[in-house]
Amino acid sequence: MSAVLQSGRLPGGGSGGASPDEIGVRGLRLAARRFARNRLAVAGLALVVFFFLFCFVGPYLYSTDQTHTALTQVNLAPSGAHLLGTDAVGHDELGRLMYGGKVSLLVGLASGILATVIGTLWGAAAGYAGGWIDAAMMRVVDAGIAIPALFILLVVSAISTPDVPGLIVILGLVSWLVPSRLVRAETLTLKNRDYVLTLRAIGGSHARAITRHILPNSVSTIVVAATFQVADAILLVAYVSYLGLGLQPPQTDWGGMLTAGLTATYSGRWWLILPPGLAVILVVCAFNAIGDGLRDAFDVRGRG
Amino acid sequence: MATFLYLIRRVLQAVVVILIVTVAIFCLLHALPGGPARGILGPQATAQQIAEFNREQSLDKPLPVQYFVYLRTLLHGDLGTSYTLNESVAQLIGQRLPKTLVLTVLSALVGLVLAVPLGMWQAVRRNKPVDYAVTTLSFVAYSTPVYFLGLILVLVFNHILPWFPAQAPQGDSLGQVFADPAGLVLPVAAGAASVVAVFSRYMRAATLENLSEDYVRTARAGGSRQGAILRRHVFRNSLTPVVAMLGYYVPVLFGGALVIEQLFNYPGMGLLFWSAAQSSDYPVLLGCVLVISIATVVGTLIADVVQRIVDPRVKAGEV
Repeated sequence: MSAVLQSGRLPGGGSGGASPDEIGVRGLRLAARRFARNRLAVAGLALVVFFFLFCFVGPYLYSTDQTHTALTQVNLAPSGAHLLGTDAVGHDELGRLMYGGKVSLLVGLASGILATVIGTLWGAAAGYAGGWIDAAMMRVVDAGIAIPALFILLVVSAISTPDVPGLIVILGLVSWLVPSRLVRAETLTLKNRDYVLTLRAIGGSHARAITRHILPNSVSTIVVAATFQVADAILLVAYVSYLGLGLQPPQTDWGGMLTAGLTATYSGRWWLILPPGLAVILVVCAFNAIGDGLRDAFDVRGRG
Repeated sequence: MATFLYLIRRVLQAVVVILIVTVAIFCLLHALPGGPARGILGPQATAQQIAEFNREQSLDKPLPVQYFVYLRTLLHGDLGTSYTLNESVAQLIGQRLPKTLVLTVLSALVGLVLAVPLGMWQAVRRNKPVDYAVTTLSFVAYSTPVYFLGLILVLVFNHILPWFPAQAPQGDSLGQVFADPAGLVLPVAAGAASVVAVFSRYMRAATLENLSEDYVRTARAGGSRQGAILRRHVFRNSLTPVVAMLGYYVPVLFGGALVIEQLFNYPGMGLLFWSAAQSSDYPVLLGCVLVISIATVVGTLIADVVQRIVDPRVKAGEV
């Protein structure tokens, strides 16, 4: 979990070579070509596109009522009327997969990006400042990594029941640590480059050095980190309901559907368990494969 | 000498990290609604009782003073007393932690024993169908929520094929745990899956890197067979750094144990933490988090030091 899973990232195969400083149009085209040659990454991209269409366009083609319960139609097996059957309160399961997927994808994307932004700012500030400020900031990161996210989320679940924006903030706050380390390492190598030193010599501010030179030159590292961060965040979202931090019905997400389906384990109602479980696995795999492809394409070394 | 100085610096850093963890835990305790008094005395407590309790526990003092009181009791090995279980937290954790360690250590061992040959096999067959297949499986194992994997394991190996019990071994002592090895199979399998996924990738990368080293080319030129090179050189040079990575994996193992213990009703520290969260038993929650973070910091420290010793190149990248 990432996050859960933070330090347990899937490492890559690793390909040598120096990290390109400026990417530029030519570099981008080269990276795109390298990405396109990575079959797993392209398959991942196709899967992500498919799931976004499924969740956000799907409901217009396959319209279902996900707000009201239909107690005369509970736990129906898949049929022509309900392609994936219905759940314990009569929601159409295929429609619910789209409805819950919206939340999973949205929360995963937003909290993954939020975590990357926090981590990027923290890491760039620490690496740029150097000295004891850097040391202190990075010990805070070490301390954060030492407390697994699932434990924090379980404690938080004892005191609050969040809505979607609340969930995004909570997940973002527990998972920014790995990107901060990556960006700090990048900043350390960039801050002594001539163009940064020149900018400082002619009176440019620290903030300008960070925003104009260090962050733009770290963009490939940041994009790769963000992709993995989103993968971990979607996986983390799937744990949230299990930990009792889920959204209030009728709202749900794939993890919420899975958790609800746990009670159907021995009843043979596979359609309540397998579809949301497979959806989580496929989307998380897809983002990880894209991240892998991007990392190799940009030749970014290292990963949390 | 340089390594010795490095070691001292790293240990000092680890101490600082644990101090930061105690500050964070302390803040968390004081951020909780109602504060500790309300938690201990229950919702019916009168204002007078609460005031009395706060005076007794020094909770009426300024926060920094309280923090040092908290730190002092911690240094005496006193983690406080559970609100609900009427036992000291240190005692509770002492009882439950060994069981969690059995689960996590077995998961890590089983995972490594599978991951190391898998990763080497992938490296040798790089970009062949086998490599792609194992990579895909690793992605799937890594992307599966542990509780979903556990559920599938129970459905397949308990419900459909009645091979293993769906409940982990019960009982307070470790003897009772080992008396029921069949009960450990599914929980350990659930815990080992992500270890296999992650560490086969590490092993693949490490093997590939070693295979491209000069000494391998030399050995090959000298007429050594591929199998002998792998066994004699590559395996050894790849294994230590990969196993050392386990140190960084400690928090993930504990995170997995939290879910697995709940799912299989295994009475370890994860389940203790889980029930403490349900009853807002703050001293237990904080004690567990402290123990886990110390384990993580120590694991990271060991991994850093081992990597530095086995791979002098790490020094160059040291900051």
